[in-house]
Amino acid sequence: MHWGDREERYHVDMPYLLPTRVKKESVYVAHNRALVELVKKNDKIVSCYADFPAGAAGEYLKEHSPDRFIDVGIAEGHLITAAAGLADAGFIPFTHCHTLFALGRGYNQIRQNVAYDNRNVKIVLCNSGVIWGGIGPSHLSVEDIAALRAVPNLVILSPADSVSTEKATYAAAEYDGPVVIRLPFVAGLYPTLYSNDLDYEIGKGVTLRNGNDAAILATGALVNDALEASEALEKKGIHARVLDIHTIKPLDEDAVLSAAKETGVLVTAEDASIYGGLGGAVAELVSEEYPVILKRIGIRDQFGDSGTSEELKVHYGLTAASISQAVVQAINK
Amino acid sequence: MDRKNLIDELQATACRLRKDTLTVIKEMGTGWLGGSFSSADVIAALFFYRMKYDAKNPRWEDRDRLIVSKAHSCEIVYAALAEAGFFPKEELKTYSHLESRLQIHVDCKTPGIDCSGGSLGMGLSFAVGTATGAYISPGEKNLCADQRKKDPRYRVYCIMGDGECNEGQVWEAAMNASHYRLDNLTAIVDHNKFQSTGLVKEKMDTLSLAEKFKAFGWETIEIDGNNLNDVVDTLDWVLTVKNKPQAVIAHTKKGRGFPSLEDTNCHMINLTDELLQDGLDALGR
Repeated sequence: MHWGDREERYHVDMPYLLPTRVKKESVYVAHNRALVELVKKNDKIVSCYADFPAGAAGEYLKEHSPDRFIDVGIAEGHLITAAAGLADAGFIPFTHCHTLFALGRGYNQIRQNVAYDNRNVKIVLCNSGVIWGGIGPSHLSVEDIAALRAVPNLVILSPADSVSTEKATYAAAEYDGPVVIRLPFVAGLYPTLYSNDLDYEIGKGVTLRNGNDAAILATGALVNDALEASEALEKKGIHARVLDIHTIKPLDEDAVLSAAKETGVLVTAEDASIYGGLGGAVAELVSEEYPVILKRIGIRDQFGDSGTSEELKVHYGLTAASISQAVVQAINK
Repeated sequence: MDRKNLIDELQATACRLRKDTLTVIKEMGTGWLGGSFSSADVIAALFFYRMKYDAKNPRWEDRDRLIVSKAHSCEIVYAALAEAGFFPKEELKTYSHLESRLQIHVDCKTPGIDCSGGSLGMGLSFAVGTATGAYISPGEKNLCADQRKKDPRYRVYCIMGDGECNEGQVWEAAMNASHYRLDNLTAIVDHNKFQSTGLVKEKMDTLSLAEKFKAFGWETIEIDGNNLNDVVDTLDWVLTVKNKPQAVIAHTKKGRGFPSLEDTNCHMINLTDELLQDGLDALGR
């Protein structure tokens, strides 16, 4: 339903926002497109996997520079620590594995070997959140943002589409220090929101739609739903601002506080737990600095489930309809 | 230097490091005396016989790495780093102080330490990563291949505890090291037979660590880790092994060199003035 092919047109003047969102692509494919270019240009970049599909970057390395393609087998804890060792040796490792196993088998390693020692490791969390059909709850990560947000030194990126994923990958390589890139279901197809003109900067949210009646702060796979919600609200005469919070940490506090001050009504949207995720981060900030009405769209203290991606999306209320309903409720509160 | 002089000198150095270790432990009042003393001879031989490093340029990129996976028993490592000139000996007296470079487990804040530790079982993975990095170079193809075009830029030594080998990640790392044929990696298990709260064989019997590493594809040797002749021979031998990582099971005595504590579970010792005197008397002032 929300992944349909209908054409959207916007009445806002945002040069980097595509007038249509017809083109759909896997963000893992986009990440790999950027990583191929990076490994071609920089022979310090290595790509590491824990028996995870290599993608174009891994395939390129296997062919052209197999010493920089490292698969450690099904050993996510080892993957993260060994990547820290590679960083010590002067390389820039990108690790790829399932989000839940990087976190669950590798938390201590992320904290100690990567974050505490401030290693130049890029941890690509693949298949984050619950909108990943056909796999079941053992693989669905709801708590990764909450757990990693509390770890000092980490930068956490959460791109929404293929263009911002490419830019996040380049920015992560450029940044000297540990970066987590949180990607949704790698085989899922996400509407392309941005043109290549997007001026991407770590820690700087992007305003996708203007509006002063409410602000929807969304991240990752839910940014498109936030746009759809805003469009639907527009038809009811409600002008909802949409912000793509593509960096969970450091949070763009200026953008969040401006949205709070200028609209008085905030709704957050993410495919992650409302506890400690983007919703938690925004709640912490505004409750200290500028309390306003806040509603959080996210996973409400539940684990994942079996089902299709579309069913899961609806089941957990991670839809444009849920977002627009939350905006209306918040405004009427 | 002839062999006898070398061993005599290393023995004198190991004795000095043990004394300095007591200074470090005294600073906090308690410390990992048992593990520091059991590994003292291996540490002395690594720093003052085998490893290449530049104390004035601790991050020299082609330095040999020592990954202290045990991470506790850091007092002996700090004594060795000071002896080697990474920082002044006076700094040993800042051990355990707030904001000190000498933290209570090994830490990258200390010049000469390449991997912070404390959570056990992770150091060997780090060593695998950094040993892999020594082989990655333009023109090099498959790291799993039998024939490599170039020599590694440096070697990596990883000191582990025997109790630490309870941790599962040790064996993930062991599998990777032989798969990637990391012959520039030597793991040295300080097999002093005790872990935090008791005998290893009673807590969680590791059975034969040598057979375990061998089964994981390592070239393996068991030695008396408190005999510097053995240790030096072994550190010569590791250089001759090709295509396989080497595991040195160093049979040691906990608290070796501290007669009243030797071969007891002196893992974490409250170093009273009386004990300190005992230790210094035994080591010779």
